[in-house]
Amino acid sequence: MTADSTPALVKQADAEGPAPAGSPAVRGPRARNTQAYLKYVAAKIFGAAVSLFAVLVTSFFLFRLIPSDPVKQMTGGRPVSAEQLDSLRRQLGLDQPMWQQFTSYVGDALTGDFGTSFQYHAPVVDKITEALPATLLLTGTAYVLYSALGIWLGTRTAWRNGSKSDRFNTALALTLYSVPSFWLGLLLIIVFAVGVGPIPGMFPTGGLESGNESGFAYVLDVAHHMVLPVITLVAVGYAQTLLVMRSSLLDEMGSDYLTTARAKGLRDDTVRRKHAVPNAMLPTFTLMFVNLGHVVAGQILVETVFSWPGLGGLFYQGLSVPDLPLVQALFFVFATAVILANTLADLLYPLLDPRVGR
Amino acid sequence: MTTESMPASTPGAEVPAPEESGPEEAKSAGALARARKRRSVARFWREYRSHRGGLWGLAGLILIALIALCAPVLTGANAQSVTEAPGGALESPSAEFPLGTDQFGRSVLALLIWGARVSLTVGLLAAFLCVAIGTVVGIVAGHFRGWYSTVLMRVTDWFLVMPTLVLAIALATVMDRSLWTVIIAIGVTTWPTTARLVRAQTLAVESRPYIERARALGGGHGHIMLRHVLPNVMPLVLAQTTLVISSAILTEATLAFLGLGDPTITSWGGMLQDAREAGAVSAGDWWYLAPPGIAIALVALAFTLCGRAIETVLNPKLGVAR
Repeated sequence: MTADSTPALVKQADAEGPAPAGSPAVRGPRARNTQAYLKYVAAKIFGAAVSLFAVLVTSFFLFRLIPSDPVKQMTGGRPVSAEQLDSLRRQLGLDQPMWQQFTSYVGDALTGDFGTSFQYHAPVVDKITEALPATLLLTGTAYVLYSALGIWLGTRTAWRNGSKSDRFNTALALTLYSVPSFWLGLLLIIVFAVGVGPIPGMFPTGGLESGNESGFAYVLDVAHHMVLPVITLVAVGYAQTLLVMRSSLLDEMGSDYLTTARAKGLRDDTVRRKHAVPNAMLPTFTLMFVNLGHVVAGQILVETVFSWPGLGGLFYQGLSVPDLPLVQALFFVFATAVILANTLADLLYPLLDPRVGR
Repeated sequence: MTTESMPASTPGAEVPAPEESGPEEAKSAGALARARKRRSVARFWREYRSHRGGLWGLAGLILIALIALCAPVLTGANAQSVTEAPGGALESPSAEFPLGTDQFGRSVLALLIWGARVSLTVGLLAAFLCVAIGTVVGIVAGHFRGWYSTVLMRVTDWFLVMPTLVLAIALATVMDRSLWTVIIAIGVTTWPTTARLVRAQTLAVESRPYIERARALGGGHGHIMLRHVLPNVMPLVLAQTTLVISSAILTEATLAFLGLGDPTITSWGGMLQDAREAGAVSAGDWWYLAPPGIAIALVALAFTLCGRAIETVLNPKLGVAR
C-alpha cells in the first residue's frame, strides 16, 4: 500500500527548491504554491478521467467474452422458436456488429444510461440506485468501525512494542486477517442466528429488515439485522489498518524529534498523540482511502452470505444469469469508486504532507 | 536478540552446517561465490530462527505439506468418490467419522485432507505467476527509462485500480471451470503490488555505483538486470511471495465458494459451498462448516507468519512478529 504513495513523494521532493530568501514579494512563494497545487490537481483529475475511460472500455469487452448466450439463458429452457430468439436479440441489440454495440454502449454510458437488465427488465441504473443505500449503510458502518479500531489498536501495540498485549493483539489480528470473511459470516449465523447447543438464536439470519416495522422500531430492526454482518466485516477488516499503523509508528519510534519532545518534559501520552501519531498517519491514510473505494464495491461475499440487498449481492446474482448490462454497470461503478477515492486521497495529500504536490 | 527455544517439531536439518571455509585465496571464483552464498543463507537462518512466529509458521507449513502429500495413504484413494461413500448423509461426528459426513456420506475429515492439496497447489502456482509477472514488469520498468517504462507503469496503475476480487470473479466466469482458470485469474489480477515494490527496489539498486561499474565494463541491459538487479531484489520478492500465497489461498477459497472453481475437485472453498447448499447452516451442522474454514485460516496464517519473519530479517527496523 505504501508503495503507491512513494513515487509521488520522491518526485515532489526533487521539485522542492530552496525558498527565495529575502525576495521582495512576500506573497511570492505562496502564490506559486497555489499555482503548483492547481497544476497538480489538474494532472490528477486528468489521470482519473483516463482511468475511468479505460475501465469503461474494459467493462464492455471483458463481459463480452462470457461464452454462454444470454438470450438462451433468459428464456430458461422454455420452448422458444428461432424467430422469437432473433427478435429478442434484436431487441437487446445483440445482433449488431461488435464495434456498433461498443460505440452505442460508450455513448449511452456517458449519458448515464447502462441499458436494461436482462433478468429484472428494469433500467440497470434504477437497480443500482435501489441497492446502493443498503451497501453504503452496511459497509460504511463497518468501515468507520474497523478504521477506528485499527488505528487505536495499532497505536497501542506499537507504543508498547513487545509487551504481552502487543503480542496478543498482533497475533489475534493476523489470525482474523487469515480467516475467509464468508466463512466467519456462516459461522456467526450458525452460532448466533440459528443457535448451537445452549446458545439461542439471537439475531436474524439475513436480510435488512423484517418488513413489518415502522418509525423508530424500523431503525432498531435494521440495526438488529446489521449486527452480525458488521461484526464479520470489522473482524476481517481491522487487521490491515492495525498492521500498517503499527509498522509506520514503529518506524517513527526511534526518531530524534521524539527524544527531543521527551527531553522537553512532555508526558508520554502527549508525545504519542501530538508528535508520533500525526507523523505516522500517512500510510494509514493511504490505506483508508483505498478501503473507502471498496465501501461501494461492498463485500460481495458477506452480502451474499447474509442475503443483504446491496450491490455485492446484486453483482453475484447478475453473474449467475449472466445479466450483461447489470454486471457491466456494476463493474464500472465498483472501479469508479476506487478511482474516485484514490483521486481524493491524491488531492488531500499535499494538505496533509507539505512535501507532496509542491 | 534473544535466542528463543525452538518448537520441537522444527526440523534441525534445515540449518546449514556452519563450516567455515578456510583460507579463501586458494579457491576458484565459483567456490568463493558458493561459500559466500552458503554463509549468507546460514546468517539468514540464524536471524529467522529468532522469530518465534516465523518458526511456528514454518512448522505448520511442513506439517500441512506432509499431510497433503500423504493424502492417499491417510484416507485411501476413494475418499472423494460419491458412489462409494462409506457413511450416511450428514452424520454427526462419531468414532468412524471424526468430523461427520457430507450430504453424500463421505467423511469430512478425508475431504479436508484432500482439500489441502488444492489449496497448496493453487496458492503456490498463483503466487508464482503473480510474483513472476510482477518481478519482470517491476525490473523492466525500473531499469529502462522512456516511454515503455511509462506505458508499463500505466498498465500497472490501471490494474491497481481494478477491484481485484471483482476482476478475478469476472475472469473466472469468462473462462472454463478448471484449476488453471482459478490460478490464472488470481495471478493476473494480483501482480501490480509486487511490480510496484520491485520497481522501487530496482530504482534503489540501480543508483548504486557498482551498476555504473558494470555498465562501464560493457555489461548490457540483460546482464545488468539478470546478474545485478535480480539477485538484489530476490529477498524482497521472497518475502512478497509468501504473503501473496496466503492471499491467493483465500481468493481460491472465495472463488470456489462462489461456485467458480473446478466442480470435480474437492477444495476447502468448494466444501463450504457444498455445506451451504446442503443446508448445513440452518441445520446448525457446525462440524461440517467449521473445519474447512479453520484449515484455510491456518494455512493462510502459516504463510503470513513466514512472510513477516522474512520481512523482519530483511528490514530489522520493522521489529514485528517476534
